[in-house]
Amino acid sequence: MSKKHSMSPSTAATTAATTAAKPVPESSVPKKAAKPAQQVTAVEMGARQREISVSEFFTKNRHLLGFDNPRKALLTCVKEAVDNALDACEEAGILPDVTVRLEIVSTNGTLPPASQATRFRITVTDNGPGIVRQQIPRIFAKLLYGSKFHRLRMSRGQQGIGISAAGMYGQLTTGKPVTIISRTGPRAAAHFFEVQIDTKKNEPLVHENKQIEWEQPQGTQVAIEVEGKYQKGRASVDEWLEQTSIANPHVKLTYCTPEGETKEYPRTYHELPPSPREIKPHPYGIEFGMFLKMLQDTKSHAVSGFLASDFCRVPPQLADEICKAAKVPPHAKPRELKGPIAETLYRRIQDTKIMAPPTNCLSPIGEKAILSGLYKQIKGEFYTAVSRPPAVYRGNPFVIEAGLAYGAAPQDQNKPRQPAMPKAEGERDEEDSELARVIRYANRVPLLYQQSACSTFKAVLSTTWKNYGVTQSRGALPGGPMVIFVHMASVWVPFTSESKEAIADYDEIQKEITLALRECGRRLGLFLRRRERAASEFRRRNIFELYIEEVVEACNRLKGGKLPKEKLKAQLQKIATSRTGGLKTDEALGKTNAGPEGLPHSIIVTEEGIEGEVDLAARVQADTAAAPVETNLLGDEQPVETQTKAQEKKSAGVKGRDAKLLKGEAAQLAPFKGPDRPDKPKKPSRPNKSDKRVSGSRPRGKK
Amino acid sequence: MAAKQRKTTTVEKKLIGVADVVITAAERSKDPTIEIPIRALSNVSFNARKGLIEMGSKKQARSFFNVGMAKKFMQTVLVADALSELQRAELTTSLREIYYRTKHTIQDSHENTFDTQDESDPVIEDLEVSLSALREELHVRAENSGSIVGPVVFGDDGDRVDCAKLGKGGYSVPSIVEPEYLEIRRCTADFVLLVEKGTQWNRLSEDKFWRRYNCVLLTGNGQPPRGVRRLARRLHEEYRLPVYVLVDNDPWGYYIYSVIKQGSINLAFESQRMAIPKAKFIGLSSADPERYELPRNVGIKLNDKDIARAKELMNYEWFKKPAWQAEIKRMLTSGLKYELDALANKDFQYLTKKYLPRKLKEKDWLD
Repeated sequence: MSKKHSMSPSTAATTAATTAAKPVPESSVPKKAAKPAQQVTAVEMGARQREISVSEFFTKNRHLLGFDNPRKALLTCVKEAVDNALDACEEAGILPDVTVRLEIVSTNGTLPPASQATRFRITVTDNGPGIVRQQIPRIFAKLLYGSKFHRLRMSRGQQGIGISAAGMYGQLTTGKPVTIISRTGPRAAAHFFEVQIDTKKNEPLVHENKQIEWEQPQGTQVAIEVEGKYQKGRASVDEWLEQTSIANPHVKLTYCTPEGETKEYPRTYHELPPSPREIKPHPYGIEFGMFLKMLQDTKSHAVSGFLASDFCRVPPQLADEICKAAKVPPHAKPRELKGPIAETLYRRIQDTKIMAPPTNCLSPIGEKAILSGLYKQIKGEFYTAVSRPPAVYRGNPFVIEAGLAYGAAPQDQNKPRQPAMPKAEGERDEEDSELARVIRYANRVPLLYQQSACSTFKAVLSTTWKNYGVTQSRGALPGGPMVIFVHMASVWVPFTSESKEAIADYDEIQKEITLALRECGRRLGLFLRRRERAASEFRRRNIFELYIEEVVEACNRLKGGKLPKEKLKAQLQKIATSRTGGLKTDEALGKTNAGPEGLPHSIIVTEEGIEGEVDLAARVQADTAAAPVETNLLGDEQPVETQTKAQEKKSAGVKGRDAKLLKGEAAQLAPFKGPDRPDKPKKPSRPNKSDKRVSGSRPRGKK
Repeated sequence: MAAKQRKTTTVEKKLIGVADVVITAAERSKDPTIEIPIRALSNVSFNARKGLIEMGSKKQARSFFNVGMAKKFMQTVLVADALSELQRAELTTSLREIYYRTKHTIQDSHENTFDTQDESDPVIEDLEVSLSALREELHVRAENSGSIVGPVVFGDDGDRVDCAKLGKGGYSVPSIVEPEYLEIRRCTADFVLLVEKGTQWNRLSEDKFWRRYNCVLLTGNGQPPRGVRRLARRLHEEYRLPVYVLVDNDPWGYYIYSVIKQGSINLAFESQRMAIPKAKFIGLSSADPERYELPRNVGIKLNDKDIARAKELMNYEWFKKPAWQAEIKRMLTSGLKYELDALANKDFQYLTKKYLPRKLKEKDWLD
């Protein structure tokens, strides 16, 4: 009978109720009759039945929240802490500045290497508004406590489980409390807390509470010690942070890895996303049971007033019409509507044509920000981004955004061409069998697990990429060096489980994703065709140049070696140039300077320079360039020059070299950083020499 | 060069002509173009009077400054060069050797002039047709994949080869059998029997069928190579020997017969000296299984390809004779094909002892 503990609280309660209500005739259950020794009376059973606290439930079912294995648990803890930090900052209108620090905690006195370690301390610091002292314990040590559940407004967190669950997991695996430092402003004092959760009661236990000195003027710092496993690669903390930085280019993210490295994800977009509004539920998204509850809870005294004030998009006039259609007097008291009358009312509402919910509750990332995020983190030749107009599923408004980064960076393109080895029969150029990578987001949070269960992934598969000049085998991802970005912003993202790993497969959502992907694909197709056209012209000219040599040699041999070779060659070359259209080809090859046509919100990187949203790209470069230098200055008092040199001498790795390189580039990019450039220039300025160098050597994400 | 004193042959002159095309065109700033007669069904016609397939006059221009043809053009010039090298050195070679000779990586690239032999073979055929030079004249030989046995004496490189004294293995027919290479000194046979399959030729040779019926046994192991076809034609022409063709009863067997009789579509330009319009189809006919009481279970079901091919054959001009239409239709209605080997079902020597004697006695053949 202990199985009841594993049920969810609500079902457990109802089962308890039904079993209590029904007298169980012992003889009617033959199995029990066979084993009379195990008979239990209803009274005895009743004595065992008791309430289960949410915390107890989730302690046993931690996999539901994403703590299935140590590696995932580590990621989930980081994710919950960062999500909270970003939500808080954005809500307070502060450009987020978040530091994530992973430290190895020794269990037996010696510090194991990062890959062997089993215990970590996660510290996440933000520059957000801080938390008032009284709320700190409950926010961090009580499940299902928060500000985000009872409202319809887009945010990363939804239920109020996340951070307290992370704390509970830490407590469970290491026995250590969660430590919090929070300060609401430079004038306020910083409070230090150590809290644990009383799993039986789902209430916080405060271990320590004092005022301390803190160097930060404002913000919150959470530290949790957990059992975990640090492993790079797919679905790692590193990948998650990198993807977070792509979808949140307005965030400055600093990441101190357990290996002692510091990674900087600079801010490349300097505007906060518009703050989403809170909305009332849309009538289409309400189930009947919920509707009954709303009838009871409303503050209005009349049904028409209730409809008009408790829902969005129901003006008083429409409310009256609905009442009329349902044959309910508009002045009836909502609390008195019950049973069939309420149901007719509910049906009439569903039948009435009601405007789609307002969309100012959403805060999409925006095409420019997606572009800058992709451009910053992913190497490629072509970038594009599409934001769909808002749509509605089950009464919840949502926006789908898609982005795409394609190709190898120009500096990588030339590499494999070097070894021109003669090929034997049957030998081919090694084909790139690389498949596209899909990065998925829900309300700006990267989703790393359960890719194949996710609506976004299914939409990517069902898009016919072949139409856009990309290879795709049946039922597989498209091939080629490509990253596909899909973001769903909604007041309520329908996840398939509490651990928020995959978006459920609603038709409306899938349709929107497909439309966004198609638009991305269309632009990619345009780009590829344009590139192909240039390449084929180039090949045309090249072919003739290659073959002329062969033909001349063969003719010479046929003529017994008595041929004026150079003359024949020159003659043939002259014909070749005239046949391949001379200067026109130069144009097709992009040597003249026409911008990308029909490619809005895209960036094209060629060896010659950047096209499209040039100013955006330049700004990203300037930011990426400036960032490491800045942190070096903050890090210690040494002047930059000497420090980079010192680092180089020690050959301390990539970062030192980059820092130096970048500093030079930042200076080169100065002309692009003009303060008030037009938003989208019709014709991008002629890419100059500095462009070329930049695109050739700028450091980008590690991908 | 040592070859300088040697007189250039006509073929060599024709090959050099390819280089001249390029040079003249270059001087006039024109696109160098070689005209190549089309080798396809669309460009052949059946000359009913002569009983030959003849090549039409349709030509295809292969020009250098055309992206689609540039490589082919370059390859053609390269092959012409290799062929003229053969002429100068007075050597013969195989198709495969030409492929290797002309294959190299183009300078400053990783592109090969030829990737497979499939690219070089058609180019050689193109040159054959456009220069109207025979493959033998180009000094390109095929595999020796034919055998002959019977009362015939050849002179080959000064050696006397008596095909009646070569046991059951016979003489391997060289790929070039023109009089200057192979001399027919004596032939006392009454007819030529051309067998599709080596296995059945072996059966006949082992049973000394040729001795009893005084004939020449020839085989080409499948589609007979040029050497075998040309030799049969010479025996037919020079010694007035009738030629009988013995093939499997399937569309491919019919086509082998038709190639021997009227020439092939691909090499229609050579029909003149290869085809034997008077050749007769002796078997296996689709009427034979009934007549010779072959059980149905030794037949093989026609597959889709067979059926498609048979229908194609029925549309060829040279299969329009009523007897042939009936023959092919009969096969299609029965839905079965029979191999020559199936005759062994009755007796190992059924072919030698019963089948062929009866056929010859009854003069049961198709024209």
